[in-house]
Amino acid sequence: MMLTRESLLNWAMIAALLVVPLAAWSLDEPFIITLATKAAILALAGVGLNIALGLGGLISLGHAAFFGIGGYAMGILAAHAQNYEPLFEWPFLFEGSNQMPLIWLVAVVFSALAALVIGALSLRTSGVYFIMITLAFGQMLYYFAISWSAYGGEDGLSIWVRNEFPGLNTLDPIQFFAIAYVILCLALVFAARLARSPFGLALAAARQNEDRVQAVGLTPFVLRLTAFVISGAITGLAGALFADLNRFVSPTMLSWHTSGEIMIFVILGGVGRLYGPVAGAALYILLEHLLGGISDYWQIFLGVLLLLIVLFARGGLIGALAGREKAHG
Amino acid sequence: MADVVLKTDRLNKCFGALKASSDVSLDLRSGEIHALIGPNGAGKSTLIKQIAGNLVPDSGTVELLGQDVTALDTVARARMGLGRTFQISALAMEYTVLQNAVLGALGGRGRVFHFFRNVMKDPELLEQARDALERVGLTQDANRRTADLSHGQRRQLEVAVALTLKPKLFLMDEPMAGLGTAGSKALTGFLDGLRQEAPILLVEHDMDAVFALADRISVLVYGQIIATGTADEIRANAEVRRAYLGEEDAA
Repeated sequence: MMLTRESLLNWAMIAALLVVPLAAWSLDEPFIITLATKAAILALAGVGLNIALGLGGLISLGHAAFFGIGGYAMGILAAHAQNYEPLFEWPFLFEGSNQMPLIWLVAVVFSALAALVIGALSLRTSGVYFIMITLAFGQMLYYFAISWSAYGGEDGLSIWVRNEFPGLNTLDPIQFFAIAYVILCLALVFAARLARSPFGLALAAARQNEDRVQAVGLTPFVLRLTAFVISGAITGLAGALFADLNRFVSPTMLSWHTSGEIMIFVILGGVGRLYGPVAGAALYILLEHLLGGISDYWQIFLGVLLLLIVLFARGGLIGALAGREKAHG
Repeated sequence: MADVVLKTDRLNKCFGALKASSDVSLDLRSGEIHALIGPNGAGKSTLIKQIAGNLVPDSGTVELLGQDVTALDTVARARMGLGRTFQISALAMEYTVLQNAVLGALGGRGRVFHFFRNVMKDPELLEQARDALERVGLTQDANRRTADLSHGQRRQLEVAVALTLKPKLFLMDEPMAGLGTAGSKALTGFLDGLRQEAPILLVEHDMDAVFALADRISVLVYGQIIATGTADEIRANAEVRRAYLGEEDAA
């Protein structure tokens, strides 16, 4: 297969995301590794959103809900484990967990369930109403978390020690980075295959022309709901990792700012471009780090950049560098 | 008498004071092309939408292959074998021509919830898609973006996508619209042979095509069918001439 400019760019980006923290590791710069880990996790959240937004055309302003549910799945399980308080005693005694694989499973299951419920209700609308309803659901969860005093309320939940992964020392920044990076790569492979699958073909067709999809005997609602659930589950997994990175979860993860940020990663990188969220999240972290050093108001510059991209480079960063997406035959 | 594959029974549909369908009863029999003609605003689109399942009639029934489908939606009717082409091309514009045809074949097969295998490498779907493209003469254009096609080619692709569904009947809404004389002629020849495969309910403004093709013609005026018959009967019908073909001709 011939390498297109876009796939070369994709390889370069994913390689850079690996090389930078490895270099930082050999130079003993743990802060840079943490930044790269954050970029990988936020990119993962964006990969999730991109399945709904890029492939399905579903403009969700409520993905913070899934990100936050993933975060709270980590926080609640780990808090019970560290305090030795049973989470429930029936049908069996369960004292929470500090094992990442179990935490991820819970995060994925609960964010997928939430996406199923939110999607089933909000996908009955479209356009601006869909945006508003997803936003409303996100805010509902946000205020719920604020008032949920059992788990820290507004102050959130702190975890003293990062959760464990069998065979690895997760407190070592480069090892935790490796976990996030591998999961991101797996998610990218999954998203790539999904886009080319029968389901992906039908889903993206429903975005382009709903009448056509119905006329060939497929139901857009079912396609979109499935995409929304997959999308929410991936973003939820990212939320669990993000909370573990910070060893902290708070209602902020559920707020609509977070939804907006995840959407910014996707738009910065290029909506519907497979590696768009990677480019977007990396750029965001880079700007936050570089411009944040110059001014506390660095987001003004981010706003200008976003404006320029929306006005002049509709394909985002990847579109600007690699040109228009090829319709693959 | 040949089998009736589609039947509408006294369909009524009002939009406020406007009666868009008034006791519309018509049928489509296997092996035939039944053309539906009528002046602009006669209610052809409203009727098509009730047959396809986009609009629910105020009263009356739609029967497909002997089954009452009045309560079923467009998706269910498509699955039963209703192959539809749209008046305004409804295609996935970002896709290649081949991808649109594969989408049709995929819909026809129905098993869409596969998340890992590459749909464009599915031999069964590709064969059906390529076959349909070849029949309408789009083989050369298979890898072009649909948005880059000419208007006429999009009309051809509409028909190709309907073909991939292997439908039991076709519902074609002005397939000739905007085609040049040559394109119109080519499509006429194609539809002529297609009726043996599945009958066609054809809504069309191109009178040459209608009179050349149709086994039966129904004339819709102000929501009512004023006449149904062969091309010769319709030509000779005074009411049709008055209402539709132009009063001066009838005089």
